[in-house]
Amino acid sequence: MSPLLSILVRALLALLLMLANGVVLIYMLRKVLGHLHLRIGPNRVGPFGALQTSMDVVKLLTKEDFIPSAADKWLFRLAPYMVFVPSFMAYAALVLGPKAAFSGLDTGLLYVFAVLALVPMGVMMAGWASNSKWSLIGGMRAAAQQISYEVPLLLSVLPIVMTAGSMSLAAIVKSQTGYALGFIPRWNVLSPQIVGFGLFMIAALAELNQTPFDMSEAESELISGFANEYSGMRFGLLFLSEFSNSFIISALAATLFFGGWLVPGIDPASPVMVWLGPAVLLLKTYVGIFVLMWIRGTLPRIRIDQMLALGWKALIPASLVWLMLTGVIVRAVS
Amino acid sequence: MADHLVVAAFLALGVVFVIATLGVSWLLQPHRPSEEKYSTYECGSEPIGPPWVQFHIGYYVYALLFVMFDIETVFLYPWAVAFGQRIPFILTEMTVFLAIIGAGLAYAWKEGALKWR
Repeated sequence: MSPLLSILVRALLALLLMLANGVVLIYMLRKVLGHLHLRIGPNRVGPFGALQTSMDVVKLLTKEDFIPSAADKWLFRLAPYMVFVPSFMAYAALVLGPKAAFSGLDTGLLYVFAVLALVPMGVMMAGWASNSKWSLIGGMRAAAQQISYEVPLLLSVLPIVMTAGSMSLAAIVKSQTGYALGFIPRWNVLSPQIVGFGLFMIAALAELNQTPFDMSEAESELISGFANEYSGMRFGLLFLSEFSNSFIISALAATLFFGGWLVPGIDPASPVMVWLGPAVLLLKTYVGIFVLMWIRGTLPRIRIDQMLALGWKALIPASLVWLMLTGVIVRAVS
Repeated sequence: MADHLVVAAFLALGVVFVIATLGVSWLLQPHRPSEEKYSTYECGSEPIGPPWVQFHIGYYVYALLFVMFDIETVFLYPWAVAFGQRIPFILTEMTVFLAIIGAGLAYAWKEGALKWR
């Protein structure tokens, strides 16, 4: 296969993965939240309601999507691109298995954070362009929240980069091979880096606008936040990228802290890992997403001033201290 | 080089996908404009005053602090990659750098910049 064709095929596969994730995750969210609320969730379309989201996609495609007359037309049209495209680009750095990576980017980790950092801009653009008070408040809250929590998110993974000596996701997975005491996998979450994982988890919840940090959408206050005035497929794309972001962050958590595609007890070089690896990584990612949904069904929403105070006064100092402590410990041990 | 081509391909495919999806949707959807439909949504009542007003100064302070800390983390990433290579004083250097940044955060905190009003 010519190199250009192979690149195109990889990009198409990533797009398929993203779309499949969107369909599966929306169904999963509605089912999981339903059961957490002691309801049934979707159960009419197809077996156990499994075709519900596919039908929803058809519905979104055939709905009129209009631009409110008060909106800034061009920014309103541009916002779905600004939200969707970076979220899709983040897939380029994912490492699914020993022989399954969309690219071999050396700076994979930094690249993912760099492209995801563009999403708040699109969200703010959507909120501003809509020219509606709900949307504007939603957009501003999302921007304040995502920039505040981006710093602790970036800092909380630095100790992993220090111990792995690389920003490439493939190298970070490799650094987690082997066993401590002969049987405990050397996953970062089973080492003192569990502290980093805690910081990462809290920052990630805020970065994804997930409960208890879902002020930007706060259904009971802002209807649908920044996406209020959007309809039809434009709305669909905004939401698809939201689900895709939770997949990306969850996959990052699995890669950085839970050994990526590694399976305890199976030699990473064995040929079986070529197909088992991606399956295991997807499983770990979906477990992570399930935990996100569980949190969403359990915790109440906090106030915006509490959210900003937690980010700046607790998470950033804590992650800076943890960064220095890791440095000192690593030096003392080696 | 090939890896950066992948990134370019993802960018192009992402844009093409959005254009294609919105295009297909445009062909499938009804187009029945009405004045009511195009009005700003505010739970059925007429909006009072424009939403494009000056907003909370608090956002601006956080944005400034964010720029400072984001640049700091960009400096920290290459340092973290080089950390394992036993460069003399690498830990001391970063301690000094972080102390300066930390002092900045402490000052902002003391001056009340981190307080939401």
